[in-house]
Parts: sequence; structure tokens; C-alpha cells
Amino acid sequence: MYSRAYKAAVAIPPIVWVTAFLLVPYAILFCYSFWSVSSIQTIVHHWNLQNYLELARNSLYRDVLFRSMRIAAAVTCFALLLGYPLAYYLSFHATTRKDLLYQLVIIPLWASYLVRGYAWKTILGTDGVLNGVLRFTHATDLLLAIQNSVNLHLAASHQITLVPLPFLLYSPFAVVLVLTHIYTPFVILPIYASLEHIPRNLVEASHDLGSSPWSTFRRVILPLSLPGVIAGATFAFVLTLGDFLAPLLVGGSSGIMISNIVVGLFGAAYNWPLGAAIAFFMMVIVMALLFTTERLEKRLKVS
Amino acid sequence: MSGGFSSGRAPLLAAYTWLVYAFLYLPIIVLVVYSFSGSGVGGFPPASWTFEWYRQLFADGALWDSVLNSLKVAAAAVAIALGLGMPAALALDRTDFPGKSLFRRLVLLPLILPGIITGLSLLMLFVGARMNLSLITITLGHGTALISVATTEIFAGLQKMDRAQEEASLDLGASPWRTFWRITLPNLRASVLAAGLLIFTLSLDEIAVSFFLFGRDNTLPLEIWSRLRRGITPEINAISTLMLLFSILTILIWYRLRTRSQRGSEKVAAVLATAGTGEPA
Repeated sequence: MYSRAYKAAVAIPPIVWVTAFLLVPYAILFCYSFWSVSSIQTIVHHWNLQNYLELARNSLYRDVLFRSMRIAAAVTCFALLLGYPLAYYLSFHATTRKDLLYQLVIIPLWASYLVRGYAWKTILGTDGVLNGVLRFTHATDLLLAIQNSVNLHLAASHQITLVPLPFLLYSPFAVVLVLTHIYTPFVILPIYASLEHIPRNLVEASHDLGSSPWSTFRRVILPLSLPGVIAGATFAFVLTLGDFLAPLLVGGSSGIMISNIVVGLFGAAYNWPLGAAIAFFMMVIVMALLFTTERLEKRLKVS
Repeated sequence: MSGGFSSGRAPLLAAYTWLVYAFLYLPIIVLVVYSFSGSGVGGFPPASWTFEWYRQLFADGALWDSVLNSLKVAAAAVAIALGLGMPAALALDRTDFPGKSLFRRLVLLPLILPGIITGLSLLMLFVGARMNLSLITITLGHGTALISVATTEIFAGLQKMDRAQEEASLDLGASPWRTFWRITLPNLRASVLAAGLLIFTLSLDEIAVSFFLFGRDNTLPLEIWSRLRRGITPEINAISTLMLLFSILTILIWYRLRTRSQRGSEKVAAVLATAGTGEPA
């Protein structure tokens, strides 16, 4: 139906553009990862595996990578724990207000990433809203009492501080909290979509055949909603893994993630090749994950 | 909703749902409330109320320059992303060529790949090509990354479209070009507008890619970022509140556009599901 000229006209411009601005840059990243930096801070185009060996040898990179994966896993779990019940409620229990409630999930998604990270900073800070609320409600008195009585039994080097709450800002906890807040809506939407696609007569049949609500959920609804769960979880995990802004905003030195190392190597530390090697390694992890989840989803759809 | 199972009441689940909503909205409410707090950021309850931060904001030239820059970048990014996402969607829908599935994956990759990787790769390209970093490099970055959004949205529109009209137009002797302008594009209007609006908003908010590609001029998120690093100022609360208002306004328009073609919920979810699997829904 469509002529060759038509097909060429629609296919060639995007292919050329995507090759120039995506494929070639990713290839350059890959090349850089095999180069090195000379003592006078120039890039040496001499192919070797030094950067990857450095990644394998230096425990700093390994530790930070593992921490990033732990943080990403925690964010994914929390986002699912918060998101699934909400999506389920929307799909199965919200009746007339369904559309409104759905919009309420989307609105935070449109609020700027930075703005939300910053809002948490004002909430969690030492002079922040949360510590302010604790003072205002005199919960600090209780915390002080606990602090003092616990400290009586602790050596001087292990004394704890509870006023103001110390672990709130500049910690991995804060990074997990902020990123969970940011990615929960991303998890809710695909789960909701897959719940909405479940034929209601299947659910009713299960119910009519005498299944309890719980067993209907476990044997009918949950398996059928897994594609949505996988899509949402992949999204949350991958985007958290590559995040460098939340750690800079609220993470402090203990909340540093792998992308922060990359940013440092491209900035002050000036070691683009090593940075490129880490970035490429991240890309491989992400691709492997996408490949696996795609396979998983296909298999779920078939069965 | 019908049937005995789903109409059952679930007070615990409802309570949990509302708690999750509270979690999602808490920071946003705090932000708005404290943009009017006389004592600046933090402390509870705010001691006094003021419009001072908004006054400072409107007198802040550097900030408005960055807003203007962001609007320029976003408009150009929409043009690039739609200009290439439209043919990309048509190509995916109607042609077969070797490497098509690689092409599809590549186009959609920036949706799911962390921004830092796309940003760094483009930085290396531009440095290698001896280009100075500027708003232009940021625009190229945004435009390229957001082709993914344009492609998924328009592809979804194409899948819903009735082919008979196009076939009739071609059979009656109209050129493919004429058919595109007279039949295809008008049919896709809602998808294209919705995609454009989404891309515009995403570009306005983008920072992970811009972070590596900026030169002398800042976009709004970069400007906010540089101020955040210097310390918390309530002016940021004020600009954030305004941005939020703008976003809500956009989403209202966007939602109206979407419901005109189909249920909006399914398409947003389709974009996200696509992002998760790298396959057009």
C-alpha cells in the first residue's frame, strides 16, 4: 500500500538521527572506557583493560556499586509495597471517584523532580519541618528522656543523639525515602493498567466457585497483574540505580551512589575513561535487567 | 463495577490507600505552605505569613532568564522530538527494514536508561566534535531523549486509527504526501498534541541530561540546582509552587486532549509499560 519512497521518507530521517545522537555516542562511551589519562591530563587513545581491572580491584567502586543496588532494591520494594495496594484499591474498590483518584496519582508525577527532592530536604533537615513538629508536640521531651537513659548505659564513645533526629537528612535512609516518593507513581501506573485489563468475569468465576477473596487474589489477580508489577519494578530499580541528584541533595557522604562517582570522575577528578567504564558497566547491568524482564513478561503472557 | 467480589468494602485497604496518598502529597503541601512562611524554611508551625518570597522571586532577573531559556529549549525539543518521532512511529507501524527491532530499542532506550548515561555519551560526542556546550547542546539532548515519548504516543495513536480512510485516499489517486496532511495527521491530532505537551513539560523539568551539557546559560532546573547547592532559600519554594501550578494546568489540558481520543489512563500506562519492556504496547 505504501510506496518505497514513502517508506524511505519516514524511516531514513529518524534512523540517521538516532544513529548520530544515540548509537554513536554510546559507542564513543564504550571506546573511552578502554582509553586512559596521561600524567599531563590528556586522554591517551591507547586501548587497554586498565579501567575495568581497576573496577574489579578497587573495593571503593565495588562497595558503592553494591550500596547503589541495595538502595535501588529497597526503593523498588517500598514503591511496590506502597503502590500495589493503592493500584488494587483504585481498580477494584474505587467506584465513582476512580478517575479523580487516578489523576491524584499522576499530579505528583508532574511536579518537578528537583522540587520534590528539595521539599524533602526542608522536611527532614535539623531545623526542618519534622523536627519542628516534634518540638511543637513536645515529642522531643520523650526522645530526650530516651536518649539520656540509653546513654547512661553506653560507653562515652557510643553515645546516641535523638534530638534533633540525626539519621533523617544526609543518610542512605533519606535517599531511599526521596526516591521511593519519586518512583511510587511510576510503579502504580503500570500495575493499575494490568489490573484494569483483568477480565472481571474471571474474578467473579473464581468467587462463584467458592474461592475466598484472598485465594482469588493469590491465584487469579496477582498472577495476572505480574506484567505490570515487573514493568513498574524495572522502572523504579533502573532509574534509582542511575540517580545522582538525590544523593547530592539529601544523601551526604554515606549516601553516595555509583553515579556520583561517575560525575566526580568526569568533573574534578578528571578521569573520563574510568568514568566511562563505570557508566558502560551500569549500562550493561540495565540492559541485562531489561532483557530478563522482557523474557519474563513474554513467558507470563503466553501462560 | 459489578459482581459480588469487587463491590465488597475494604476499610483497611481504603485507609492504607489514603496514607499512601498522604505520603505522595506531604512534600508538595509542605512546599506550598512554606512558600508563604515569614520565618523562611523550616520550623513548625510557621510563625508568620508573607508574600516576601514571591516579591523577591519576581525581582530576580537571573531566575527569569533561566525560565526563558527553559521555555526556548522545551519548544525546540518538542519540534525535534515530534519531527523525528512522527516518522519513527510511521516507520515502525508501516515499514520493514533490516535492523528494525534494533532501531525500535534504540529509540526507546532513553526512556528507561538513567539520564546520566545519555547525558555523558552526548557530552563525549559534542566534545569530540569540538562543539561548545550551550543551550543548543541541551536542546539536542532533550530532543533526542524525548523522541522516545513522541514515538510511543504517536505509535499508539496509529494503532487505533481507522486505515480505511487512508486506503481510500490513496486509491482515489491522492499522493502519499497529500494523504498524510489531509488524512493521517488530522486523525492523529490528539496524540500529537498530547505528546507535544508531555514532551514540553518533561523538557522543562529535565536535569539529568542537561547537567552534563550546559554551557554559560542555565535552564530553570539547573539554576535551581546551583542555588540549592548554596543553601536553602524560600524563594525556591515560591518558584516551585508556581511550577506546580503550571504543571497542574498543563495536566488538565493534557487530560482533556487525551480523553478525546481514548481513556487517558491506558495510554500513560502504555508509555510506562513500554519503557519497562522496550516494546511498543
